[in-house]
Amino acid sequence: MNVLIPSQLRDYTGGRAQVEARGATLAALLADLERRYPGIRFRMIDEQDAIRRHIRIFVNQQQAPDLSAALAANDEVVIVGALSGG
Amino acid sequence: MPKAKAAKAAPRPASGPVTLLVGTRKGVFLMKSDRARKSWTLAGPHFLGNIVNHLVLDPRDGRTLLCAVRAGHLGPTVFRSTDLGRRWKEAERPPAFPKAALGEKGLAVDHVFWLTPGHSSEPGAWYAGVSPPGLFRSDDGGVTWEGVAGFNANPMRIVWIGGEQEQGPPGGATLHSINVDPRDPRHLYIGISAGGAFESSDRGETWRPLNQGVAADFLPVKDPEYGHDVHCMRLHPLAPDRLYQQNHCGIYRLERPAERWDRIGNAMPKAIGDIGFPLVLHPRDPDALWVFPMDGGTVWPRVSPGGKPAAYVSRDGGRTWRRQDKGLPAKQGWFTVKRQAMCADAHDPVGVYFGTTSGEVWMSASEGGRWTSIARHLPEIYSVEAAGG
Repeated sequence: MNVLIPSQLRDYTGGRAQVEARGATLAALLADLERRYPGIRFRMIDEQDAIRRHIRIFVNQQQAPDLSAALAANDEVVIVGALSGG
Repeated sequence: MPKAKAAKAAPRPASGPVTLLVGTRKGVFLMKSDRARKSWTLAGPHFLGNIVNHLVLDPRDGRTLLCAVRAGHLGPTVFRSTDLGRRWKEAERPPAFPKAALGEKGLAVDHVFWLTPGHSSEPGAWYAGVSPPGLFRSDDGGVTWEGVAGFNANPMRIVWIGGEQEQGPPGGATLHSINVDPRDPRHLYIGISAGGAFESSDRGETWRPLNQGVAADFLPVKDPEYGHDVHCMRLHPLAPDRLYQQNHCGIYRLERPAERWDRIGNAMPKAIGDIGFPLVLHPRDPDALWVFPMDGGTVWPRVSPGGKPAAYVSRDGGRTWRRQDKGLPAKQGWFTVKRQAMCADAHDPVGVYFGTTSGEVWMSASEGGRWTSIARHLPEIYSVEAAGG
């Protein structure tokens, strides 16, 4: 499925804003992303599997509170960097 | 006070160009001098937009740099360069606490705060201090990191640090001031803000508090065993039985194997006090050290007292202090110098450097006798380390 990558993480994807990844859940999708782009997962998910404070992940435009969301092959996943201030 | 016993002869002074490794809230800058340290060129930024708490050169090979990086949006990591910063590669396994068992709350590294190269007999060994307070070790030059379970999983850890606190000091409670005894790689000291100073004699498997004589005015308990707020603690490599500490509550010296710290900050001028963040040692004289006082009154402004910044130097192990402010703003200078943001090079006379929260780098080629601004308009500076020479 399509995964939209925010600018903050594109060093890991070779500059690509949109990549392909697979997984039946958000957790599995992120594991696949890590296999394809080593290091990317820990920058957005902490060691307790929590989504970091200034990262948001949307599945079909609905914000995912954690990594348990089930995914289908044609779902769209959007990762967003969410931070304000200087 | 007896002169410190030197474990080995002082190294010959350096004479080549100096490189300053400057970590800032918005990335890394490298400043290179000529041999006379009179002209400086500024290169960078590297990691633009990233928060860099510490950038350290490995003295064992003179070319490996480790850099503690996080971004506003992104989690913490460590980058490494084996060619003095030309190319960078991220750690394959950055410092991270173990995953907690189901139903239990685990720790998550917020940022890597401090980096210390390991013992000279252990090439590739590094230590990292993180926030919330945790200690990590790498044995492969920073590629992979493992928690030091003797501290991180110690049942007393949560007691020593006063509970897990979301906020703590500005930037969060943190582990720092990792000192490795040059005579024994198993012998370690660490500082925790807040938590205190701790010692291990078995490479981190067990720890014990080392805070006797240190004030903790913010605690209700008189003479507590732990809970103190170490700002910066340094062991002198030529006299490893001597430790100096800039604490939230004063400046101290400890002569091992004694256990009781002596408040050498009592000899500072009363109008200035002995509160500050950094503490810098002379590379060849264990009796010489510099501090940069800050205002610790009322709401703790943490700026130069009275808006008149100055370093203070002692040449006798803290028995007496001398103000060093020539060249610095005589008034309306309200910056702060953070605990990793002051350092010395190995020249003779020693060059002393500091970076400010207002993005300036100052240097003195005369051991603090006169200060010169060598960079302005940088982001808030978190760390300055001198390399080369």
